[in-house]
Amino acid sequence: MSSRDIILRRIRVALGPDRAPTPLDHAAAAPAGDAAAPAGDAAPDRDPGADGRDSGVPVPRDYLRTHVSSGVPELLAEHLRDYRAIVHEAPMADVAAVVAGALRERGVRRLVVPHGLPDAWLAGIVVGSAASASASGSASASASGSVPGSATSDSAVGSASSGAPAVERLTDDPSLTPAELDAADGVITGCAVAIAETGTIVLDAGPGQGRRALTLVPDYHLCVVLPDQIVASVPEAVSRLRPDRPLTWVSGPSATSDIELDRVEGVHGPRTLEVVLVH
Amino acid sequence: MSTHLGMPAFPARAAAESANAQLRHNLRKATHTIRDKRAAVVDELSDWAELRAAGAAIKDRTLLDLDTHLERLEAAFTAAGGHVHWAADADEANRIVTGLVQATGSDEVVKVKSMATQEIGLNEALEKAGIRAYETDLAELIVQLGHDEPSHILVPAIHRNRSEIREIFLREMADWGRPAPPDLTDEPRALAEAARLHLRERFLRTKVAVSGANFAVAETGTLVVLESEGNGRMCLTLPQTLISVVGIEKLVPTWRDLEVFLQLLPRSSTGERMNPYTSMWTGAAAGDGPRDVHLVLLDNGRTDTLADEVGRQALRCIRCSACMNVCPVYERAGGHAYGSVYPGPIGAILTPQLRGMSTPLDASLPYASSLCGACYEVCPVAIDIPEVLVHLRARAAAGPGHAAERLGMRAAGWVFNRPARLAAAQRAAGAFRGLISRRRLPGPGAAWTDTRDVPEVPAESFRSWWRRERS
Repeated sequence: MSSRDIILRRIRVALGPDRAPTPLDHAAAAPAGDAAAPAGDAAPDRDPGADGRDSGVPVPRDYLRTHVSSGVPELLAEHLRDYRAIVHEAPMADVAAVVAGALRERGVRRLVVPHGLPDAWLAGIVVGSAASASASGSASASASGSVPGSATSDSAVGSASSGAPAVERLTDDPSLTPAELDAADGVITGCAVAIAETGTIVLDAGPGQGRRALTLVPDYHLCVVLPDQIVASVPEAVSRLRPDRPLTWVSGPSATSDIELDRVEGVHGPRTLEVVLVH
Repeated sequence: MSTHLGMPAFPARAAAESANAQLRHNLRKATHTIRDKRAAVVDELSDWAELRAAGAAIKDRTLLDLDTHLERLEAAFTAAGGHVHWAADADEANRIVTGLVQATGSDEVVKVKSMATQEIGLNEALEKAGIRAYETDLAELIVQLGHDEPSHILVPAIHRNRSEIREIFLREMADWGRPAPPDLTDEPRALAEAARLHLRERFLRTKVAVSGANFAVAETGTLVVLESEGNGRMCLTLPQTLISVVGIEKLVPTWRDLEVFLQLLPRSSTGERMNPYTSMWTGAAAGDGPRDVHLVLLDNGRTDTLADEVGRQALRCIRCSACMNVCPVYERAGGHAYGSVYPGPIGAILTPQLRGMSTPLDASLPYASSLCGACYEVCPVAIDIPEVLVHLRARAAAGPGHAAERLGMRAAGWVFNRPARLAAAQRAAGAFRGLISRRRLPGPGAAWTDTRDVPEVPAESFRSWWRRERS
């Protein structure tokens, strides 16, 4: 008999022949909270299993679908900042300028750009080779105050002539090696969903996000969040996401409290998370 | 974890541990800090009670049809390109993982913090096979470099202070890889940076990773790992082979069920609205992460636990550690006193059920509690830990070694059953009270006073005083 059969048989013996459900002592049903937004289906969830068999334990789904009904983008910004992310709020027309300013402020020369990222987001930076990036690197300090006003390639050229540093775009085609990722200064991505109640950004490896390692190995992650990607709550996020994609939920920069409970930001993941919330 | 066989029982271990003033100071600070943070973020959710009830129900639904859900998980994980293995006990799980690592030709693995692999002693088993396992969670790294045991589920090195950690890093890191910088200070930021540099090159190089999982979704075959530091993402993303050892109780039936647990677990565990990183993967994703993905489903006593209708609720546990942080016994005794990777109130009910109660240590664990019930209050899946403790005490008392106690209880029953017998016994006790030591009862009663003071015996009983004064 295989271990698979042994374990399954042990379970059947443990549960008894008639599978009579033994209701365990659940927390007593609590009085209904102040329902800002009641759950979509408050009825207990009794769907049978795929093969029609079910233990018969009803799952009460009378928890809230969301805890907030208004001010969702503002709450997202607040909660992102709570967990030490740097947050910018900008209209769509200013995204390129804000991105360019953030990269310059950070001193990013080698930027990982995943496939499918909108070109317009990078229209404010000067794209150069690694050689030109290092050559112009020393002259960059004086330019850090001027943010290009419009997101056109003309303005990018203009800022180049005024001394802004060139940024080398590292594309993941062919795949960047871990060492190449480690040598990058940062990565820019979009996201799949952003959750206001928890200050979380979810990446699903879709266009403009790339495979998971791209947002892990570089020390700096710049993420652009579009208005229709923002949801209020965890249940809303789960219902939007697809389990067949590799998912990474990010809430602030990596952190540890393992040494005397002192919080230290930045262990193995990016030590800086910067978010552009588009409104 | 076979080392527990020769361990003394909980009272002796707790007495030794609680004499360590540094440990008690660290534990008090840690448990109170985390419990306050937890309370604040739980208060943010007005529907916490409903989420808790849903969490408990989802886990019960899983457990009471566990065979069905395991088969669904196996089918979904396999369909997504993964390989499923079944391990009836720790030895089998260790053999499976060792074989999988050997098949890759690698002699080293990086590890994400995992209770299940600690439970089965995987690192030791790999070492015997010539495979070095590198712990990558900062606290687990401190524990591993210090040749030590974890003392808390969430913050395993909480018994170490910063200067001890600095010494461990300076002394041990060079033996394992990149040495600590010689001018390392004891600032947490500097220590974390030393760990980052020590592990970075290893993450980029190592071909095989071993993880656990916080949840396994039966419907979709998805595995879920919650973490803070990014070491989990490194292990789950960069290597070519990923082996996840997962207890069979970690299942949830449906994808949607995650909406409950991703609210319950971070808030109960670290006291955050959400932990920094959560990874979810379903089999092998093309061009993203490990190509060779394995899932080892572990029984190792879980089906025995499932057979106990009262005790099986312990299998709902999602390893948040909230019960530890509110437990007055844990706060004083510390995690090591429990002699198990599962310390605190949940350990006191889980360990004796997973391992059985044949050793003095395991039989003593259900008594490692004052039954105050704080653990039940904070448990996000409503495990009635005091109920299971009392239930397991009854099982322990029915076992050998409690003959004198049973005799004593029968004698007490005889006395208490008749008012006249009680009055006579009280008169006798009052008359001879000068002879009773306050420290230690004679004969078999000494076992009772090993851990308790003898109450002061009054000169006369209340009934007798009432009759004299008021009648």
